Amino acid sequence: MHKKTIIELDRGLRQGAFTSVELTRHYLERIEQHNPRLNAYITVATDRALEAAERADSLRRTGEAGPLAGIPIAHKDIFCTYGIKTSCGSRMLDSFVAPYSAAVVERLEQAGVVMLGKTNMDEFAMGSSNETSWYGPVKNPWDETRVPGGSSGGSAAAVSAHLCAAATGTDTGGSIRQPAALCGLTGLKPTYGRVSRWGMIAFASSLDQAGPMTRTAEDAGLLLQAMAGFDPRDSTSSQEPVPDYLAGLGADLAGLRIGLPKEYFGAGLDAGVAASVEAAIAEYLRLGAEVREISLPNSPLSVPTYYVVAPAECSSNLARFDGVRYGHRCQDPRDLTDLYQRSRAEGFGAEVKRRVMIGTYVLSAGYYDAYYLKAQKLRHLISDDFRRAFEQVDVIMGPTSPTTAFRLGDKADNPVAMYLNDIYTIATNLAGLPGMSLPVAHAGGLPVGLQLIGDYFQEGRLLNIAHKLQQATDWHLASPPGFD
Amino acid sequence: MSLDRSDVEKIAHLARIQISDAEKGRYVNDLNGILALAEEMNAVDTQGISPMAHPLRMTQRLRPDQATEPDRRELFQGIAPSVESGLYLVPKVIE
Repeated sequence: MHKKTIIELDRGLRQGAFTSVELTRHYLERIEQHNPRLNAYITVATDRALEAAERADSLRRTGEAGPLAGIPIAHKDIFCTYGIKTSCGSRMLDSFVAPYSAAVVERLEQAGVVMLGKTNMDEFAMGSSNETSWYGPVKNPWDETRVPGGSSGGSAAAVSAHLCAAATGTDTGGSIRQPAALCGLTGLKPTYGRVSRWGMIAFASSLDQAGPMTRTAEDAGLLLQAMAGFDPRDSTSSQEPVPDYLAGLGADLAGLRIGLPKEYFGAGLDAGVAASVEAAIAEYLRLGAEVREISLPNSPLSVPTYYVVAPAECSSNLARFDGVRYGHRCQDPRDLTDLYQRSRAEGFGAEVKRRVMIGTYVLSAGYYDAYYLKAQKLRHLISDDFRRAFEQVDVIMGPTSPTTAFRLGDKADNPVAMYLNDIYTIATNLAGLPGMSLPVAHAGGLPVGLQLIGDYFQEGRLLNIAHKLQQATDWHLASPPGFD
Repeated sequence: MSLDRSDVEKIAHLARIQISDAEKGRYVNDLNGILALAEEMNAVDTQGISPMAHPLRMTQRLRPDQATEPDRRELFQGIAPSVESGLYLVPKVIE
């Protein structure tokens, strides 16, 4: 049951082959069996999941249920969930029980999904390996000595090991696509503003975006359909109408113009990853697509630009964690300053502190123009590169990550080395474009991701391009040994 | 430009994060490493380029100035570290 896609599970539920309660119990048992090793979940919401499954089963009996009714999924622990702990991977929020649910959680609840629990993540989504979590690292189901990627590492490991049918993630600099690549999943970061940020704990508000992490593009389309749409509670939510994502999945790819940015295939790209990406592109040629080399000349600057913009926004967003209204508070503060300083020192881990301090510095008097303003100007240049590229091509393709999953601890002590993992994913966030990662042929026994980048609001086109590859190949069906 | 211990102390104070003497050397190294990365931005001349604050260049939406949220003070205060008579408690600020 657990190896089925959402589309297959929906069929099974509709035909009465199993009930949502049976399915939910099955996943809960798998979580109990495998999670102690993988550490993919921070919280398992057993009672609430079974209640939701019962509701979905009754709804299914009326014949009015949608395709997501009764499907067990997991939410990244960055989404507020009413009555259930929302930690954001931080000691700061270890005791935080959200007084409301995020828009993404609400919308999926309305669609009838069953929330199995909340997944582990890098603290406040700051990390590319899931090693900065207060709850400890997550293990990659393909090789438990390796990282699952981050920051949505728990979601990626949980879907990959079949501990849920799908999961939500968030992507500020690659946090959906990179773990999807390292764990062999389909991950979609929508256009900035496509999915409401309301109730999603903010990291860098001009970059943050939520999206689905699934086994197939078809499943990603189903989830995005429920997640996307205008929300007046998010001040940057887009009013662009939401198309029917499943309707366009089958469109033919003949004549599709694929752009390969030469900057994404240069030094630093692992040879095995390059070979797998090239094999996938060859498959697209067989499907009738055309390939041309393009250039994104400012893309090498995306990492430095991001590591100014994101920390700046994070230092401002995380100022709310002051030990006064919610979250961790230190013992016996001497005075108000001591209360702030010690609560934050105890509540935040090393990576969060580094980013808050960098952000504080680049926004401080005398340094703003040299760092923050400079970065915002470069952001414009990076975004213009993509605008020019999309005048010539329909989709951009390249690797999601320069290497396969690295070993736990390998980069944990070197922040800059860790940041360079995001070299191919960050520019998409700076420009606000939609991006996807698709599983392709393994390299050295480990999953590899092919990245697709589309023009604004072209999620439907990306899903179509992804789906056609998945119809022609079986790379997305690979499953980690030991989790059958 | 490179940060020293006193810069790091000043930044930590601005960020309201207490750091111990033992941690300072580590932060000096880490923050300087990140700033060296940030300084790669200087490779490009950005004179005359306008800053981009928002990916979609959209204008800020406005709504009528009306209260739309119900009063949920008790619920919100239920998760606070310390409250009394509907107020959030902090150490005494004025002697």
